[in-house]
Amino acid sequence: MTVHVDRRKLVLPGELLAEGRFEAGPNTYREGDKIYSAVVGLAEIKNKVVSVIALKGCYIPKVGDVVIGVITDYSPTSWQVDINSPYTATLQVVDALPRPIDPAKENIRKYFDVGDVIVGEVIVFDKTRNPMLTTKGKGYGKLTGGRLLEISPTKVPRLIGRRGSMINMIKKELGCQVIVGQNGRVWISAKNSKYEDIAVKVVRKVEMEAQIPGLTERVRKMIKEEKSRIESGS
Amino acid sequence: MSEERIVLIDERGLRVDGRKPDELRPLKIEVGVLANANGSAYIEQGKSKLLVAVYGPRELHPKHLALPDRALLRCRYHMAPFSVEERKSPAPSRREIELSKVIREALEPAILLDRFPRTAIDVFIEVLEADGGTRCAAVTAASVALADAGIPMRDLVVACAVGKVDGQIVVDLCDLEDKYGEVDMPVAYMPSKGVVTLLQMDGILTREEFEKAFKMALEACEKIYQVQKDALRRKFGGVQEESVEEVSGDK
Repeated sequence: MTVHVDRRKLVLPGELLAEGRFEAGPNTYREGDKIYSAVVGLAEIKNKVVSVIALKGCYIPKVGDVVIGVITDYSPTSWQVDINSPYTATLQVVDALPRPIDPAKENIRKYFDVGDVIVGEVIVFDKTRNPMLTTKGKGYGKLTGGRLLEISPTKVPRLIGRRGSMINMIKKELGCQVIVGQNGRVWISAKNSKYEDIAVKVVRKVEMEAQIPGLTERVRKMIKEEKSRIESGS
Repeated sequence: MSEERIVLIDERGLRVDGRKPDELRPLKIEVGVLANANGSAYIEQGKSKLLVAVYGPRELHPKHLALPDRALLRCRYHMAPFSVEERKSPAPSRREIELSKVIREALEPAILLDRFPRTAIDVFIEVLEADGGTRCAAVTAASVALADAGIPMRDLVVACAVGKVDGQIVVDLCDLEDKYGEVDMPVAYMPSKGVVTLLQMDGILTREEFEKAFKMALEACEKIYQVQKDALRRKFGGVQEESVEEVSGDK
């Protein structure tokens, strides 16, 4: 039972993290009773689970994740959704509409068309088949208006913050709606388009400075400054 | 061909570029040089200069190539027309196709391909200037670019050539030594695992010479490994602690 790295230290692929009765968490791999890092990231050991927080990487769907997708194609009974991942998602009509429809009579394009932005949840994914989404649920469905941003999926936890601290602060300070998909897509909508501009800047700042301490406070200050600038300017 | 013999090792025991037999060329690796690739690296090893871009894991096209249990690794080694003395046709030559395969096979054992079934990982290697040892530099830089892309790997892969020049075993051959020397032997190696992923040789070595050369190659790989790790640390070094505290308690 030996731990070879300090918690939150930068580790590289192939670096020995721990030996003994530990569990190999995300971004690590096991050889015998040794656990190694598989990516460039920050080591984390919690309750005997050794893991690495990746600094870069793509989005791999997980059941229960909220994602923002763009419709790319449709068939009589389902849509194909780009979820910013190596795997395209499928949204079936039964998982999207409250009642069954007759595909012979109705064209599903009138509900979601190609290019529409939707927010939904991953309900099935096991790597042998592409993920399935549902848009049944509170707040799910088509997104209209607002703006869509893309950030690195590894930075999503930082944008949400501990128990939503960062995202709730942004929503409160700017009085705007923000939806963060686990796949790195962020949808922002505010009544005042200038506030939307600020929110876009803030999200970009969080992405750029995700690793620098004291971010929440700096973001709060930035929002205040931007807001006062708008009020004095207009 | 003229009969004039090229002196590859002078009376002081130094090589054409003034190096000692076990001395590497100056090495520089930069990480994350391309904005549109998921991961990238630039390497300068002596006068050899290469650029590597990594894309993926991403959706695989054409779909029929997809592997049900792991990702498909695709490599393209390509030499720019201006990379050599006489203009090289930009079309992939027999040699480039072969090197693409060799580099892919040197990288494959390191990457945890089974984590992304049915996807593709693409590695594009562009030789900007060639002065010997480009396949080794390509493997070295490609593994750094893969790490930069956040692709899970068992270890970084390091490659270095050894050879025999004027009867002497030397490390990290340059173009002249490669062309006029007796033996060229590229070795790719995963230092933390102690696994060799590529071993080629043209020319003939005795058993003793091979053992000496192989040992020198592994020692050189260890040195290059440090440069790779330093390059990655430089890129991601600004990472600090507080952020992670907040990150770990997400949702």
